Formats: sequence, C-alpha cells, structure tokens
Amino acid sequence: MAVVKLLGAWLSPYCCRVIWALKLKAIPYEYIEEDLSVKSPLLLQCNPVYKRVPVLIHDGKPISESTVILRYIEEIWPQNPLLPSDPYEKAVALFWIKFADDKSPSISKLYRTDGEEQQQAAKECSEMLEIIEEHGLIEGKKFLGGDEINMVDIAFCSVAHWLGVIEEFAGLKILEPHKFPKLSSWIQNFKSVPVIKENLPDSDKMVALLKRRREMLLASKSN
Amino acid sequence: MEGAVVLLDFWPSMFGMRTRIALAEKEIKYEYSEQDLWNKGELLLQMNPVHKKIPVLIHNGKPVCESLNQVQYIDEVWNDRAPLLPANTYKRANARFWADFVDKKLYDLGSKIWKTKGEEQEAAKKEFIDCLKLLEGELGDSLYFGGKDFGYVDVALVPFYCWFYAYEQCGNFSIEAECPKLIAWVKRCMQKESVAKSLVDREKVYEFVLQLKKLYGIE
Repeated sequence: MAVVKLLGAWLSPYCCRVIWALKLKAIPYEYIEEDLSVKSPLLLQCNPVYKRVPVLIHDGKPISESTVILRYIEEIWPQNPLLPSDPYEKAVALFWIKFADDKSPSISKLYRTDGEEQQQAAKECSEMLEIIEEHGLIEGKKFLGGDEINMVDIAFCSVAHWLGVIEEFAGLKILEPHKFPKLSSWIQNFKSVPVIKENLPDSDKMVALLKRRREMLLASKSN
Repeated sequence: MEGAVVLLDFWPSMFGMRTRIALAEKEIKYEYSEQDLWNKGELLLQMNPVHKKIPVLIHNGKPVCESLNQVQYIDEVWNDRAPLLPANTYKRANARFWADFVDKKLYDLGSKIWKTKGEEQEAAKKEFIDCLKLLEGELGDSLYFGGKDFGYVDVALVPFYCWFYAYEQCGNFSIEAECPKLIAWVKRCMQKESVAKSLVDREKVYEFVLQLKKLYGIE
C-alpha cells in the first residue's frame, strides 16, 4: 500500500483544501504539522522553490502547490470525482479554481494591513465576491460544483471560512447576507458537508493566532 | 472534436501565443480574431465577462478562458496527436507546477522591469533572472522541458522570449549573458513550425512597449 504524507499547517486554507480532498476520497494519509517559523529539512527538500506548505508526498515523491496537488489526487484516485469528466465542464471548473487562487490572497491581506491598504484589500474582496455571486453560482444549485461539492467549492474555502473569521476580529463587514444571498447560502451548504464540518480549523484558535500575527506585522511595519 | 474554433487574441500577448502554439501543434484550423483592447468588442465581453481579457478560445460557440486552461483543453479534446502533457501522472503534476511557476512570476516581474526605474527595477531584474535560472535548472540537459519532446511547460514559457528584448532594452541588461542555456532552448523551440509561426517579432514588441510607456506617462 503506497504511503501518502501531507506536510501542512493547521491554519492554512491551502492545506485544508488537500485534507478535504483526501478525506472525500477516503485516502489514508499521515499528517505532519510544520512549524512555519522553523521550516523542517524535509519541507525545504520537498519544496525548494516556494519553501511552503502544503506538500503531498506520495511514494516518496513530493508534489507542491495546492491546486497541482488537488489535480494529482484527482488523477491518481478517481473515486468520488472532484472535477467534471467532460472537457468543457472541466475547463469551466478550472477557470473558477484559478480565479479562487488569484483572488483569495486579498482575504489574508485584510488581517495583514491597516488604513488605506486594508481598505484597498476590502474593496478587492468585495469585487471578488460580487463576481462569484453574479457569475459563479448557479441558481438552484447547492454548490459551485452543482449538486455535489467539488474542487471549485474546495478552492473557495477562504471565502467560506477564513473571511468570516477575519471580518469578525478586524471589525469589517464585507460578506453581508443581503448583498450576497447566493454566496451566503453556498457557505452554509459547504460547511454542512460532514468532511468539511469536521475538518475546519477552530475559529477561536484562528482569531488568537491571526491577532498575534497582525500585531507583529503592523509593529514591524512601523519600525 | 469537430466544430468551429475561434481565438480572440491580441498580437503581442504571450498568453495568446501559448494557445496559438497549442492549436498549431495539433494542426487545428481556427479563425484568429484580433481584438482592440482599448475598445473591447461585444463578443469578447460576452465570452469573458469575468475578466474581459484575451485570449479566449471559443469551441462550438462555448468559451474557454485562461491560456493554460486553453492549452490543457486543446490537449484533452484533440488527444489523438502531438500530446503536450506527459502521460505519467507524476510528470504531469510536475509540468503543471512549472507552468504555474511561470504564470505566478514572469509576467509581473517582466512588467516591473519595463514600468519602473531605480531600485524597484533592479530588484525586479534580479528576481526575474533568478526565476529564469530556476527554470534552467529544471530543464537540465534535456532538449525540452517535456524531455525529448516539446510539451506543456515549453508552450507556457517560450512566448515570453518575444518580450525579452523589450525587458533588456528597458532594464539595460542581457538575459542571454545570464541564462545561455535557456536561450539555447528557445532557439531549439523556434525551429518548430508551430512556435516560429506563433511568436511575434521582438522588435515590434519593444515598439509596442515604448508606445505603452508613452500612453501611461512612464519615462
């Protein structure tokens, strides 16, 4: 039986993406929590280009970058498919996954910045949400993937969970239910899926850590 | 796989060139439609409402957006000839990783090189060369990034060569001096008809960059 290992960090949405994919496909794996302030030799060896998590190690071979990992998992373990098989539908899904990859960093900018920079990040987040609400969600479908959760839903995890946590402690309100009814409904559906619900980082722990990080970042900026 | 293929594109776009190369590799007949990006047409806005950007590949009336997505789509639909992605799953993941690396790094760094001056430009130049050197490392002694065959990462990267001259002129440096192996690889790729007919003249790109600088009021 091939060995699957995942180098991750509990707070990272990109690591959660991989965890959910592995669990949705019932693939056993060994999880190794990385201390990102002191990166392990294994991490640096497996991901010399970016030196970051997640890294999937399958049969001793490393794969980095969460979207590349998700595609790999999908191809090696095709059960419970997370992408459409039709080439056109797949291309549409991949378009949204890239959109999520490109735009999600605005969400973490919200806690890393203040003043004008934070306002700009909030504007970018709002624009991203407007696009998903208008173009990404199909009326009457529970998920971005349609009737079942798929890789597109997983890719937008930062919107589903991290955004809400950051909004609360940063005192921002961007994802208002009356402005984004379809998106709000999607978030509830997404977080109700058992694999997702049981594998979301604890909000209180997240707030504590993000608050500390924010203080450190803003202090070092003013120095 | 039958059905009309249209490409909405803009001649100097390194992203559009990727799709042109993929279509040429597979010998797919298509209609090339040059777009005016300062006066975007209805079709472009309708086919890519989210980004309103080129290239857009339209197959049987349905749009595929994002150049690497288009290359993968073309490879999947016209899968009976000139494969671009490797058959081996791990090698395929590796190819996606490096194409994604090109996407994440080169365009933004290249833009900084022609748009900025002084310290910012120097930092961009250094990081740009570092990225190219990493790519040289990945290429190793192979003919192509795809090994002995031209493949996905080659398609993703080679169009940037058209912009190297503009970066060099604006940044006052030589990419070939820093990355000779990469330039040797470019020359190998240019011997392929699909690449030679899809890439554009680098001096024309430089003229275009100078026009953009004037337009944006950049020195």
